[in-house]
Amino acid sequence: MSGPTTTVVDAKPAAPPRKVGDRPAKRASKWRRAVTGWAFATPFTALFLVFMALPVVASLAMSVTDLRSTDLRNPLAVNFVGLDNYTRLFGDELFVRSAANTLVFVVVGVPLTMVLALAAASALNSGLIRFRALFRVGFYLPVVTSIVAIAVVWRFLLDPEAGLVNNLLRLVGVDGPAWLGNTDTALPSLIVMAAWRNFGFLMVIFLAGLQGIPQHLYEAATLDGAGRWQQFRNVTVPLLRPTLLFGAVVTGIGFLQVFEEPFVMTQGGPLSSTLSVSYHIYNQFGFGNYGYAAAASYVLFVAIVALSVLQFRLLGERD
Amino acid sequence: MTSAQLRGRDRTARISLYAVLVVGLLFVVGPFVWMALAAVKPEREIRAVPPTWLPETWTLDNFRELFTRLDFPTYFVNSTLVAVLVTVGNLMFCSLLGYALAKLNFPGRKALLLIVLGMLMVPGMVLFVPQFVLVSNLGLANSYAGLVLPYLAGPFGVFLMRQFLLSIPDDLIEAARVDGAGEWRIFWRVVLPLCRPALATLGILTFLSSWNNFLWPLVVATTEDKYTLPVALALYSIGENRTDYGLLLAGAVVVVLPVLVVFLVLQRHFMRGIATTGLK
Repeated sequence: MSGPTTTVVDAKPAAPPRKVGDRPAKRASKWRRAVTGWAFATPFTALFLVFMALPVVASLAMSVTDLRSTDLRNPLAVNFVGLDNYTRLFGDELFVRSAANTLVFVVVGVPLTMVLALAAASALNSGLIRFRALFRVGFYLPVVTSIVAIAVVWRFLLDPEAGLVNNLLRLVGVDGPAWLGNTDTALPSLIVMAAWRNFGFLMVIFLAGLQGIPQHLYEAATLDGAGRWQQFRNVTVPLLRPTLLFGAVVTGIGFLQVFEEPFVMTQGGPLSSTLSVSYHIYNQFGFGNYGYAAAASYVLFVAIVALSVLQFRLLGERD
Repeated sequence: MTSAQLRGRDRTARISLYAVLVVGLLFVVGPFVWMALAAVKPEREIRAVPPTWLPETWTLDNFRELFTRLDFPTYFVNSTLVAVLVTVGNLMFCSLLGYALAKLNFPGRKALLLIVLGMLMVPGMVLFVPQFVLVSNLGLANSYAGLVLPYLAGPFGVFLMRQFLLSIPDDLIEAARVDGAGEWRIFWRVVLPLCRPALATLGILTFLSSWNNFLWPLVVATTEDKYTLPVALALYSIGENRTDYGLLLAGAVVVVLPVLVVFLVLQRHFMRGIATTGLK
């Protein structure tokens, strides 16, 4: 046999395909189908149940207990505390602070990322441009790069003394701040860095969306005398709306969980000005407060689900 | 509007578009170039004010220090080992389940599909505390098994493989069945070869996300011999060595370079995967 594909193609005219539920073999095949199906499904499902499904449920269970790292060997010491962890969260000054920071991150970061991505995608979608692959790959580079490596480079760029940014500012006679060491500039610096890192991903998605818009709509708009900006506003944006919304939600979900940027750039400082919810969860985990950390992670989860539901609502309205 | 005017407008538009794109590219790719150039400068020159662009003195000292002051070969091997195992596991397990969900009819299929896809929405932050408790209770903290096991079977791979398999005609599989091929043989000889594009996309995405994964190895690997590259680099750079730029930038180059090569060689697959699945 030279190869499976040729055999299949050859066999086709000789034997007409049989429907899965053909009568004569129905009894035997029902059982066999179950065995076959689960034979294929079991390896994944077993791993998945133990390492993903179980932890999700366990997390919810933990969040209503006072489980601490020291209790792992002694499960009897764990107490059910009801919703105490959840109520405690909202009196926890650091959690409230982290929630506010995270919200700023999302509210400022998402539009910034979207604008950069849409600008890049529109420019690349224009028929006037060549070397598209070069630009696309270049803009995408930070997305595939380790955040830790990016953090090293950006900390170096933003260094108050040796950094390129302040060196360039000095050329025009401006004394740049200590970007990451200053409570006013640390969070904005991280947001700009996150937008810089992520916009390439949205750009690729927007580009695919733009290519789905029929060209004749632009031709019609041109005949009607619409300029480029008008075409963008009245053709591109409305037709791209579902893609834009999808992009906003995906980016929003990502930024809601922001952890790596503050961890490697500022360790949440200075003075908790860049502490995020995820970072707070990580810290509580580090202190051994597992139950409390689980509760905080479920609050974050609810925020993420709410954002997704909002997306479906907004999309549903349109269709 | 005459055609000459139109062409004139086009030229202005083209020039301004190129200007915007080139400036954008400088902002995005510039830092990487800056990093690579700084990594081969001596520490004194890295800190020079005003900065030099091209190195005045070329040196590999920073890279040499990765081997003497830090144990980069170990971290490199760890990162590679974990990424390869995770990738192979996902390719195997996700294509098996993806095939079952797309092409086999068995009791429990719909529920399984819902549960697996529902898990796509669960953020890593919700998972990592109970995953850590589980892994340490199994005695796997600070082990390769602990680093790898929770990532072997991810819902995203199932989603990708199932979507792809749905587009393969049932007739092909049915015809092989009529020919007398067993289910395993059909999967291995008919289905998998047709899945090559999807497997390539999944393989690249999984390898890169495992290579760049940070939170889980940070939590699980507690001694240096189990650190992955990002963990080692991060922990070194947030200690008192945070302004040891020469060493840190050389480390960053080592973390980025393999990814860069994989990405540049396979970027077509990559972009297609992103555009069609809409996920990282």
